[in-house]
Amino acid sequence: MTSLKHLFAWTFLTLIFAAFTGPAQAKNDLVIGITQYPSTFHPNIDSMLAKSYVNGLARRPLTTMDARWETVCVLCEELPTLENGGATLEKTPDGKDGIAVTYKIVEEAVWGDGTPITVDDVIFTWEVGKHPKSGVASTEGYRRILSIDRIDDKTFTLHVDRRTFDYNNLSTLNLLPAHIDRAKFAEPEAYKTQTAFDTDPMNPGLYMGPYIMTQAKTGSHMVFERNPKWWGKTPAFDKITVRVIENTTTLEANLLSGGIDMISGELGLNVDQALAFEKRHGRKYNILFKPGLIYEHIDLMLDNPVLQDSRVRQALMYAIDRNAISERLFGGKQPVAHTGVNPLDWVFDETVPKYAFDPAQADRLLNEAGWTKRSDGMRANAAGEPLRFQLMTTAGNRTRELVEQVLQSQWKDAGIAIDIRNEPARVFFGETVTKRKFPAMAMFAWISAPESVPRTTLHSEEIPSEANNWSGQNYTGFKNAEMDVLLEEIELELDRDKRKAMWAKLQNIYATELPALPLYFRANSFILPKWLKGVEPTGHQFPTTLWVENWTVAE
Amino acid sequence: MSAFLVRRIMHSLIVLFVMSVVIYGLIGLMPGDPVDLMISADPDVTAADAARLRAIYGLDQPLWSRYLNWLSAAAAGDFGYSRLYAQPVWQAILPALSNTLVLLVTSLLLALVIALPAGIFAATRPYSLADYGINLAAFAGISMPPFWLGILLILVFSVILGWLPAGGTAEAAGATGTWERLQFLILPVAALTIAGVGGHTRYMRASMIETLRQEYIRTARAKGLSESRVVLGHALRNAMIPVVTVIALDLGILFSGALITETVFAYPGMGKLIFDAIMGNDYNLALVGLLMATALTLIGNLLADVAYAALDPRISYEELDA
Repeated sequence: MTSLKHLFAWTFLTLIFAAFTGPAQAKNDLVIGITQYPSTFHPNIDSMLAKSYVNGLARRPLTTMDARWETVCVLCEELPTLENGGATLEKTPDGKDGIAVTYKIVEEAVWGDGTPITVDDVIFTWEVGKHPKSGVASTEGYRRILSIDRIDDKTFTLHVDRRTFDYNNLSTLNLLPAHIDRAKFAEPEAYKTQTAFDTDPMNPGLYMGPYIMTQAKTGSHMVFERNPKWWGKTPAFDKITVRVIENTTTLEANLLSGGIDMISGELGLNVDQALAFEKRHGRKYNILFKPGLIYEHIDLMLDNPVLQDSRVRQALMYAIDRNAISERLFGGKQPVAHTGVNPLDWVFDETVPKYAFDPAQADRLLNEAGWTKRSDGMRANAAGEPLRFQLMTTAGNRTRELVEQVLQSQWKDAGIAIDIRNEPARVFFGETVTKRKFPAMAMFAWISAPESVPRTTLHSEEIPSEANNWSGQNYTGFKNAEMDVLLEEIELELDRDKRKAMWAKLQNIYATELPALPLYFRANSFILPKWLKGVEPTGHQFPTTLWVENWTVAE
Repeated sequence: MSAFLVRRIMHSLIVLFVMSVVIYGLIGLMPGDPVDLMISADPDVTAADAARLRAIYGLDQPLWSRYLNWLSAAAAGDFGYSRLYAQPVWQAILPALSNTLVLLVTSLLLALVIALPAGIFAATRPYSLADYGINLAAFAGISMPPFWLGILLILVFSVILGWLPAGGTAEAAGATGTWERLQFLILPVAALTIAGVGGHTRYMRASMIETLRQEYIRTARAKGLSESRVVLGHALRNAMIPVVTVIALDLGILFSGALITETVFAYPGMGKLIFDAIMGNDYNLALVGLLMATALTLIGNLLADVAYAALDPRISYEELDA
């Protein structure tokens, strides 16, 4: 109802006042609108999209993944590989298969206060990352590094305790300035509250990107100005302001009134809002849609005796028209998912079983499974029990609620009754999903990364239970011995061809066994002024701001 | 009077203490904890990481133990650390508090400046055309959803006319001049004022009509006093007593309840801070924010009691003290 009101209000008023003028900001400044304020500016304490986005303006990682989803050097001179000799296989001190990887930091690289970025910073970052009390959320990557050899001030070798295919990817090791933060780390347990990233975030020595942060007002905005010590390509803007506007209607109003120049794709309008905006104001802005790695799906509770029958799970897939959902609800901008692996990922397997809309096949499978249609068109088994499932998702998420209604209707046509029971996100994720309390279906999304091994969601050791204090994310309770082996071996396989074959097998098992019903991959929608060029959406977790120096103003 | 004040302050402190237990308990009973939120944002966080983080943040302790830790630190002046904003709680609260106070004080004063004369005017001409007009406007103000009103104001004054900024603060836009800074306040203040005027007008009107029926008003009129003297000199003070009560209660509600206005106008105030703290499982920030709302309501009530004595000579706290 509210959306109808908005639509009516927008349409009515914009029709009357069609002569409205566009952005009014001077072009040597850029104002970006996003919907979330970062909880901390420390790059490694926890993971948050808003933080990655703003840090992209002012910081650079050693390596990252580019828009072609390939690992590339940013702060390093050359990406070390086994082929170029930058990486060598070795044995760990306890005789296991390990690897040594050598990086050279860019010679000119300095912190914003002029202090050179050196191996000291790498070692300090590692020490913080692996310390159990530092407050860093994910320590696995740091703990895998057994030692660091200092070759010279700019060159170091990491000795890693296993040979994983992403051995040269250091994108999560975000360098910390030892010359500023080492003193704060004297008491590791106090570090998370004492780090200069939170106590002195305007210190230029924390940054080494094209910009440094010069102002941060909690919940409101952050201002970035040129970093005079930046050694790379000169960025186009003197100043970039990132304004936080959580309400997307207000975000749109700010764009239209010139309060902001662009809406970030990473943290802005969702696709249906952007499509509506495109219809109203499309000719005044460049609107880019980029499918990404947010995988919308329905987890199936495999403890449910009805859902244990794979024929029922497959029938559920055949009975829904996901192409029509993608076309009609999302203008085809959010592609249908076949598994959790995105078609843009190089490990995606084209031959994976795909479930086209096929009511006849759904009918056949359900009949075989003993769920036949009654006179009212709904299905029941021989005992007269109806084929009925509960579908749950996050209450208030308009897109998911819309998809739910379409699915309910399509399944009803196949004789499957669906009861929708949604919960606030806090309850849904805090209790129902994490403690496996959903009786049949839970619709939500996984945020992934290119070639990310889905161990936590598919390995049988990752099923949450009271015994393991509800740890793990295999909420469906999926158990498959072959899948377990693949999940363990893929990560350690260095040969790309062999790995690709293993990925194909993994996707095949997933699509056949269907622990979850794949729906679609969410797309990011970037709303940019016509005069802004060079913003290249990546589709993965590394934001566009990492290439802000390539953003230009059209003549 | 002083003994009364001391007693009321003591009562207020007890209420605050009880509220801190209740609020902490309620927040603690909500599903999930801050570490759950970290896990949901980062698929690389392992079960061991989650257990370690819970130990670091003290979330592996029972709720009562966490509360006692907080209470002992608070007694020493340390209200804890906001996980959501990575700052001591006070550092996160103070800017939001000053933003909210500017917004609320301005809109409340404006609402009263409009509502009280309008209510009195309507009450002195009951069932006249002017009374119907004022009532209609008051009901319109009460009935308009703040969200809709906010969006409408933005559409008209920012998007279409381009006269005023669509939201945020002057600082975010780099505005420095007084007028430029004031421009950012106009729409949110207008939204809150319009929402507040209706209710206060109705209270004032009802209270004044009731007072004007009293015997002492008839006596005043019989003495030949002018109508304005009767209304402003005799009736107003008594008619204000229920209105003051409502204003006092409104303080606390406005403080934490301006959430919608703050969200629509991207205005970083206390309402949004408390909401984000609760949704983000930031126990310390949510607790202190909600306690401040409670304290403001208590202070409002205390001021109302003092105002009663000033407004009505029959109310004397000296006698109560005795």
